[in-house]
Amino acid sequence: MILLISTCKEKLHELEFVKPIKDIVGKKCFVKKYDEITQEDLQKADKVIISGTSLRDNEVLENLSCFGWLKDFNKPVFGICAGHHAIQLIFGAKLMKIQEFGVVDVDFEKNFFGLIDKEKVYSLHGRFSLSPEFEIYARSEECVHAVKHKDKEIYSVLFHPEVYNKEVLGRFCEL
Amino acid sequence: MKLASLFSGGKDSVYATYLAKKEGHEITCLVSIFSENKESYMFHTPSINKTKKQAEVMGVPLIVEKTKGEKEIELEDLKRAIFRAKEEYGVEGIITGAIQSVYQASRIQKICDELNLECFNPLWQKEEKEYLEELISEDFRVILVGVFAYPFDESWILREIDDNFISEVRELNKRYKIHVAGEGGEFETFVLNCPLYSRELKVIDKKISKEGENSFRAEVEVE
Repeated sequence: MILLISTCKEKLHELEFVKPIKDIVGKKCFVKKYDEITQEDLQKADKVIISGTSLRDNEVLENLSCFGWLKDFNKPVFGICAGHHAIQLIFGAKLMKIQEFGVVDVDFEKNFFGLIDKEKVYSLHGRFSLSPEFEIYARSEECVHAVKHKDKEIYSVLFHPEVYNKEVLGRFCEL
Repeated sequence: MKLASLFSGGKDSVYATYLAKKEGHEITCLVSIFSENKESYMFHTPSINKTKKQAEVMGVPLIVEKTKGEKEIELEDLKRAIFRAKEEYGVEGIITGAIQSVYQASRIQKICDELNLECFNPLWQKEEKEYLEELISEDFRVILVGVFAYPFDESWILREIDDNFISEVRELNKRYKIHVAGEGGEFETFVLNCPLYSRELKVIDKKISKEGENSFRAEVEVE
């Protein structure tokens, strides 16, 4: 089972940031909000996906202690946008302001779930973060877009693969 | 949260508004952009002046802004309308009916960010068949007020979205790649009734204009 973690403060935003991921992953996932995760949920999950949320929704980043489990978690994790920031901040990154809205050209320096060389991605972010514990896979002119933890199976992206490049999530689920 | 809906009167904006209300948000006002350009990149145009009637049966105030519909300049007109919603009604966010258009969605997100407003797109990436079936099960009465692609013809104008429509348009999708929910601009719709309305709107007159071999637009009179 895949644990799909919602980072949305507003339930209405889940239709925009969580439901599209659920539609790609299919029936093999269960959804929980980030501040309701239990040890039992983490044990039950084979993999974890952490969603993005709206540009103005900062709640999740003010409650990073809810992601403390990431440090000792040894199963595959995939973070998207706000989910990416939560992962990066837990591993020591700082938040910086960088905006990208819409379709952005990204250069995949290494194969990232089938994405290689130049690809178009969908971006909706006002911030950027990068932990030194992560290896860079892709970057746009503005910032890093895809990374993987150097020792763990933790992947995270600033772009939204639930909008463009949906196959990335399908391939993560097949790991 | 107090929200303004970017409202064209078609199925996407009305259904997105309905989902926001169902989730407990207050629909404080509607915002309609009347575009003089029928080929507008941003705004739905057929029968848009009928949004006044829809706002009436919803009991929600309507803000109207006109635009010449020139690419990118029309965004300034939209920003002005959204700013009015914030200033006059104190809204904290915007609802849109965007489904797949990253062009529309990213530009509205940018405007909302500049105006410090939340942006909700509850239909974003929604699977089309699931969406149309939901419209029917949630008691939406939706008719076509414009068709703009082969093999549509005049007979599709004023057709209602029902189970037969879904089956037929799915066939057209297989044969001609028509998007089942009309997201590629293949057709435009008008909502006659839904749970947000105090009463059903009736079509009392229509004026159909032919704009091309497979392109027809209806101006409907409703009461």
